[in-house]
Formats: sequence, structure tokens, C-alpha cells
Amino acid sequence: MIQGSKADFPFFAEHLQEGRPVVYLDNAATTQKPYPVIDAVRRYLTESVANPHRGAYQLSGEATSRYEAARSRVAAFLNATSSDTVVFTKNATDSLNLVAESYGRRHVGEGDEIIISIAEHHSNLLPWQRLAQENGALLKYVYLDETGMFDMEQFRQALTDRTKIVAVTQVSNVTGIEFPVAEIVRASHDAGAVVVVDAAQSAPHIPIDVQALGADFLAFSGHKLYGPDGAGVLYGATCLLQDMPPISVGGGIVEEVTERTVRYMDPPLRFEAGTPNVEAAVGLHAALDYVDAVGFSRIRRQEQELTGYLVRTLQAIPGVSLYGGTEGVARHGVVSFNVGSVHPHDVATILDSQGVAIRAGHHCAQPLLNFLGIRFCCRASLSFMNTKEDIDALSDAIISVGRWFDGSA
Amino acid sequence: MDLHDLYGDIVREHSMSGHNLRHLEHPSVVVPGRNPSCGDEIDLELSVEGDRIKDGSFTGVGCAISRASVSIMLDLVRGRTLDEAAELARLFLAMEQREPLTDRQLDALEEAVALKGVSNMPARVKCATMPWHTLLNAVEVARGTD
Ligand SMILES: Cc1ncc(COP(=O)(O)O)c(C=O)c1O
Ligand SMILES: [Zn+2]
Repeated sequence: MIQGSKADFPFFAEHLQEGRPVVYLDNAATTQKPYPVIDAVRRYLTESVANPHRGAYQLSGEATSRYEAARSRVAAFLNATSSDTVVFTKNATDSLNLVAESYGRRHVGEGDEIIISIAEHHSNLLPWQRLAQENGALLKYVYLDETGMFDMEQFRQALTDRTKIVAVTQVSNVTGIEFPVAEIVRASHDAGAVVVVDAAQSAPHIPIDVQALGADFLAFSGHKLYGPDGAGVLYGATCLLQDMPPISVGGGIVEEVTERTVRYMDPPLRFEAGTPNVEAAVGLHAALDYVDAVGFSRIRRQEQELTGYLVRTLQAIPGVSLYGGTEGVARHGVVSFNVGSVHPHDVATILDSQGVAIRAGHHCAQPLLNFLGIRFCCRASLSFMNTKEDIDALSDAIISVGRWFDGSA
Repeated sequence: MDLHDLYGDIVREHSMSGHNLRHLEHPSVVVPGRNPSCGDEIDLELSVEGDRIKDGSFTGVGCAISRASVSIMLDLVRGRTLDEAAELARLFLAMEQREPLTDRQLDALEEAVALKGVSNMPARVKCATMPWHTLLNAVEVARGTD
């Protein structure tokens, strides 16, 4: 029976640090895996391994149908109209690169514009930076207003008839703040631009409806959503995917090859050259079933309550500064902070010694940190299965930092 | 993990003291040291006369381990020849790679032995070793500019 709590995650019983389960507060980096996911992968690996889309024997047909069932499951998860809109990739990074290299290279030319926000993860920044440089396009940034929110006014002014692509994150991996993607899409479409949504940090926390959002492309990573590593997703509107060339070419994506010519398959298989990661897709399928079984309304309720508690707890610790959002701005499970002038890596090490796992560094968002006026910070990120006790443990550990770097330990 | 192995008194004092955190008036070499995993960024300055390190300092930002490591290192190599400094750097790097050192070798490292505990923390080893790799680069540069 699914509990919707840590009881679903064998990690907490199996991995003890000095006799205690880890207080895991790095869910934005990757999540632990619930047993239905582990079981599904194990079942696939023990019962039905074969190369999908290849063999004419029954077993291969079974691997194919499990893989394709996972694709349909993702389509349902995103409320996409067809499973043909779902391309399996390695991870969100891979998905975003695919859009930039395939769609972007064809449609962004000299003097055209790409708009991204200052809050992008490097994975939704570098593909566009490179594309703009190589194709002679202009890369424009939209900055954040004083509440940490995407500045819609600035965005409207940045949009022109030369804007070909708008690429934005739905939830920031540093501040946890949700951007108004549906509104961004409407404005972009009015200007004739295509919108790429980085849903890596939103997919674990809020239901995504690609039709309601109107997104042209949307990327996420299964491993941040309780699935295994190696299953990323690129959703793409059928009419756009149809025209896109594959980036990686080889086996499994062709209708016909001659010595000099090739005819590729239709999407999504066109973009999945080589033997696919079936076990990861099967695990992602189980992860989406798990998330739905827990239910987004419950996930949301628990995470909002925990996030509020986390923010209040951190604000109450002297010397702790929080970044990226003012009071009252909703965050999805992610809070960044510093502890006095102590370097975040020292903070993380001190917390680690007390069994509390957080992330420290630039979080693959250097331009955002620069905009916020810092070089590094600590980040605690929650899942619905965290508890107030986890946050209390974090608080105790942060308070202990002062004993090491005030000279009183 | 006992934090005292990592953040002992010597390490904490050096990380906070800042007595080597300054510019030299006339450095012979300035060599950057970077540790992207942690974001430690220091510039090591040495003033070398003949084959001897007259003075050294650093600027930049880093975690407590990297700041302590560079500060301890500067105190250790000030007044030594380039060869001696390079030898000490190799000893230090061997210690962090958990190679067995003799008591005499450990003695030669003086306060730098306080950073031995970092070798048990793979995530932080680079913080401790980066300044010493930078020192080896600086020695090379100093030899080249003779
Ligand atoms: C907002 C955002 N985009 C993209 C990524 C990249 O995800 P992955 O490393 O799984 O490709 C991350 C993960 O760190 C992220 O937080
Ligand atoms: Zn460091």
C-alpha cells in the first residue's frame, strides 16, 4: 500500500548515516525512489528484457509495448493529445539541447532573437547562448522584479517580430518561484515566437497540462520525479516535431537507407537513435503512477505547508539570509540561503556531519546568482515526503555552524 | 564523521586570520587557482629572488578549507627555495591522496598536517589540494621567468 510518506522509500531504511536515516533535503537535485519504481524496474529486468522495436520474437514485442506504454503514460501525465508528442531523452538537459540543435538551428537566423530569463539553469541557457552565437542571433534576458518574479512588463517590451524562441523555466531551481508560463506563452504566440518550457523543477510539484499552458516544447527529467536516472522527456507539438531533423542518427530511426540517402521515421522515434533506455522508461511509468496515486492535491498541500515552515524556520535563525523571493511569494519546495559569511560548502559539510543533506554552490545558475548579488549559496529543497522534523534537524544543524566559525566550538 | 578532524583549531584559525590575504607590492609571479566544484578562486602571489621565495600572499574567495590550506602553505614555504617548496607541495598532495608518509615527511609539513583529515572527505579534497597545485604551477612559472 502506498503511504505517500517516507515509508514508501526504501532508501530511508536502507541508508543509515551513523545509525540514522539521512535528512534528505536535496530533492531538487534528484529524488529518492519509492518501492513501486524499484519493483517495476526489477520486474522488467528479470522478466522481459529485449531490444524494443527490433526483434520479431514475442519478447521484443513485450519490451516494445512496455516502452510505448511508458510513452503513453507520460502523454497522459502532461495531458498531451497524443503519445507521438513525447520523445524520450536522457534527461531535461538532453531534451533542451535537442530543441536548440534541431528546431533552433533551422529557425533562428542572423538578426533573430531568443529570449530567456535570468533565472535559467545552465541547461536552459547554454543551448540558447551557443545557438545565438553560432547563428548570429541576439540572446535577450528578462530579469526579475523586486519580488523575485519574472518581469512580465519587461518581457512584453523585449518581444519583437524577430523573436523566434522564448525559453523559460516554470519553477526556478534556486528560488522555487513559479513563473507565469501560460501568460508568457500567450504573449509569445502573439509575437509569433515558439515557447520552450523547462519543467524540470515544476513537474515534481504541480500538475502540468501542456494544452492549458499552450507550450510548444516542454522538458523534464524523470529522476527528479521519483523515477530512475536516464529517462528524460521532451514534449513537442506534433506540427513542430514533424519538421525537425534528428540530431543523433543511427539505428532505429529510419524508414529506408541507401548508400547515399535516408528517409527517417516520423516523430517521436526519429529522435531516439540507438537502443533506448527501456528500464528507465518503465521506471518513469511507475513513478508517474506513484505520483498520481499520492495525488497532486496532497503533494501540493504538504509541500506548501512544509515550504512555509522552512521559510519561517530559516528566517528565525540569526545570521541566515534568504534569497530570491519576498514574503508572500509562493515557492515550490526550494529555498536558497546563506549562513552569515560562512562559505556554503563549509555549511554543507557541517550539516552533513549531522546527517542533513543539502546542496551548496552555484546550482548551475551562475547568471542568476550574479543577478542576486551572490556567488554561491546553500539550497534546501523539499518533497512532500519530508517532515517538519527534517526541517527542525536542518535548523539545529544550521545553528551549530556558528559554533565552528565563531571560534567557540 | 568528526568535524574536529576537518575544522581543527589550526584550520579554523588560518581560515579566519587572513594574515596572508593581501597583495604583494612587487610579486614575481601571480598564478590563479580554481576549484570549480566548490567555487574556490584564489590568486597566489610569490615574490622570488634567485631561487628563493621571499614572500607570498593570496587574494580571492574560497571555503574555509581552501583559505586555511593556502594560508598554511604560504607560512610554510616563505623563505624556502623553489625546489624545497615544490617538494613540500608533492608531499602534501601525497598526504591528501592517502599515500603513507613517514613521520619525518609529516614533520616537514608542519601545520599542514592539520589538513590530513580532509583526505577522508572526497567532496572536499580539492579544496585542500588546489592551493598546492597552484604553488607547483607558480614554481614552474618562476623558474621560467628567471
Ligand atoms: C530548472 C532545471 N532545468 C534543468 C535541469 C537539468 O536537469 P538534468 O540534469 O536532469 O538534465 C535542472 C536540474 O538540475 C533544473 O533544476
Ligand atoms: Zn572549497
